[in-house]
Amino acid sequence: MEKVEDQNPQQEEDQVVNPWEVSAKDGGKIDYDKLIDKFGCQRLDQSFVDRVQRLTSRPPHVFLRRGVFFAHRDFNDILDAYERGQKFYLYTGRGPSSEALHLGHLIPFMFTKYLQDAFKVPLVIQLTDDEKCMWKNLSVEESQRLARENAKDIIACGFDISKTFIFSDFDYVGGAFYKNMVKVAKCVTYNKVVGIFGFTGEDHIGKVSFPPVQAVPSFPSSFPHLFSGKDDLRCLIPCAIDQDPYFRMTRDVAPRIGYHKPALIESLFFPALQGETGKMSASDPNSAIYVTDSAKDIKYKVNKHAFTGGQETIEKHRQYGANLEVDIPIKYLNFFLEDDAELEHIKKEYGAGCMLTGEVKKRLIEVLTEIVERHRRARAAVTDEMVDAFMAVRPLPNMFD
Amino acid sequence: MAYSKDQLLARLKELQIEFSQYEHPVVLTVEAQAKYVGNLGGALSKNLFLKDKKHRYYVVSALADTKVDLKVLSQRLGLGKGGLRMAAEEALVEILKVPLGCVTPFAVVNESARHVSLLLDQGFKAQEYCFFHPLSNDMSISLNAHCLDKFLKSIGRDPSYVDLEANPPVGKDQPPDLAAFVPSDAPILSDLPVKAPTQDSTGKHVSAASNSAVVAAKAIKPSGNAQNVKEKPVNTVQPSIPAADAGNFVEELLDRASALLLSEISEDSIKQHSGQLGAEVANNIKKCLREDLKNLATIFKNTAYTEGFYAGTRYQPKRL
Repeated sequence: MEKVEDQNPQQEEDQVVNPWEVSAKDGGKIDYDKLIDKFGCQRLDQSFVDRVQRLTSRPPHVFLRRGVFFAHRDFNDILDAYERGQKFYLYTGRGPSSEALHLGHLIPFMFTKYLQDAFKVPLVIQLTDDEKCMWKNLSVEESQRLARENAKDIIACGFDISKTFIFSDFDYVGGAFYKNMVKVAKCVTYNKVVGIFGFTGEDHIGKVSFPPVQAVPSFPSSFPHLFSGKDDLRCLIPCAIDQDPYFRMTRDVAPRIGYHKPALIESLFFPALQGETGKMSASDPNSAIYVTDSAKDIKYKVNKHAFTGGQETIEKHRQYGANLEVDIPIKYLNFFLEDDAELEHIKKEYGAGCMLTGEVKKRLIEVLTEIVERHRRARAAVTDEMVDAFMAVRPLPNMFD
Repeated sequence: MAYSKDQLLARLKELQIEFSQYEHPVVLTVEAQAKYVGNLGGALSKNLFLKDKKHRYYVVSALADTKVDLKVLSQRLGLGKGGLRMAAEEALVEILKVPLGCVTPFAVVNESARHVSLLLDQGFKAQEYCFFHPLSNDMSISLNAHCLDKFLKSIGRDPSYVDLEANPPVGKDQPPDLAAFVPSDAPILSDLPVKAPTQDSTGKHVSAASNSAVVAAKAIKPSGNAQNVKEKPVNTVQPSIPAADAGNFVEELLDRASALLLSEISEDSIKQHSGQLGAEVANNIKKCLREDLKNLATIFKNTAYTEGFYAGTRYQPKRL
């Protein structure tokens, strides 16, 4: 039996992790072990990484190698089925609350693109414009516009249009999708949803009835134009771990309405430049590297705002070495520096005090600038017509090729 | 191909634009011109053909006694302090299709001058009429600024007048006030394989209504941000769908591969691997380029698919 989280997260004095708030205890670090324990998901250990490498015949993604995607639910079932020749589809999404995307936002998409390429499976991407309209009090038009703008950055991550369907809730909810929403809604009591998401009597009914919208893309029958006749198809959801509550609810409901439970593969939070106290914030431009930042901006932000574990003076640094636990440049390199050997070397030298903070920052600036540059160029090739094509309700005949 | 003086005069008459014409011996300077038409009551113009470091061209047409400081102008355009200089004579002939000493706002009627930005002295508006060369140095025509506007509008140009003597500060919080006059040249980043030059839609159109589907003399509302490559579809004319250009795509791939190849072959690497250098380099190239090239290929594929999808949604089924 799976642990279903019932306690109201806002009553806990320690860390708060839910889709709308992430904060650590006493302004410290997020305790991921506690989180896994509390949520009831599984650690993704090295054996999984090796298995993925074997099954896909290619090196595992840097996020897997470095434990960025570190937790899962039923990923082993997905792999077992895959080994038997049964494919699956991917489902991920974004809440389009702002036009400015930062690197933290791109992480699930970068990983999902890898999964699409490695396993050769189709992908649905949900843009929850309705959610942002409700939670951030945006107008309907504005949230739809943001959804389209965000879609361009998502497409720029390199998804294959012949295997990818992007949809916005305002456009797509209805028909088979809505039928599933009602089926899910019937299985979740008001008390339950309050318990999972922490709603109060003051919250409007839009919020309370939203969770099924994010739940049903896990079921292939929600997409009859894609998966008709394939009711048995499994779903794998790459997401950040704060989305877990939605899918705990979904997994609880799925067997009751005759569907497979979706599997999850979950990531850490990308730390803010100022340090590991929670998620990056779209409202503080210096807390994150944005995909629209110029090389100069990146250099400035890393040099001036990145929290480091280096010592206060060079002499002290040479003697004691850097504190890798809190050093942001090292953490960022952990996410984005592809070369394992080089990362090891930097960690060793920096930890011992031989390498200075300036050098580590310099390398980070190079790595980040390359990523942002590549993204910007790919983004420039995305037109409104391409967005229309990605979002068109159309069959994807080659989605498993 | 170039517009001639006679064609221009005929056109002005066709448009019922009021002007007077004065023939005189060929003149190359304002002083020389003044000898012949300086006493006729109108204002003489001096006309500069300028270019910036990114090979963008400008015609600056001013009253003869307006002080034009190229350094100030350069800053106001957002080109930095020394960004503007006089264009070469060859450019005059090739782009404006006029001889030396004959720069004139009328030269933008030529197709070759489509991307040339035109800055007009607001001092013209206060004059009853001003003198310009009608594409040839052996004649001057005088007309009111209003009439000049009528002509410019007829060729799809938006006449805008500027206080050329102003010297506003340009800094972090004060953007260059003339930045809109910098032409956004053909919107292709040379290293994007996919954006082949399509129809001549450039930058953002603001007044689509005044432009017919004739693309030739389209007024470029120059976007101040010349780096912006995103093409926004214009709803009036055909939207621009960047073509998936196989040629560009392949050039991009080859460029990257050869750049990497060249960097891999050095004295050191030759010494280190000698006979095995070929295999070593081949391996490295594959390793380094694999992901990069796959990404480029995906962009290409997505673009081609989008082209097909777009065509498909506008496909007319066979009539039975």
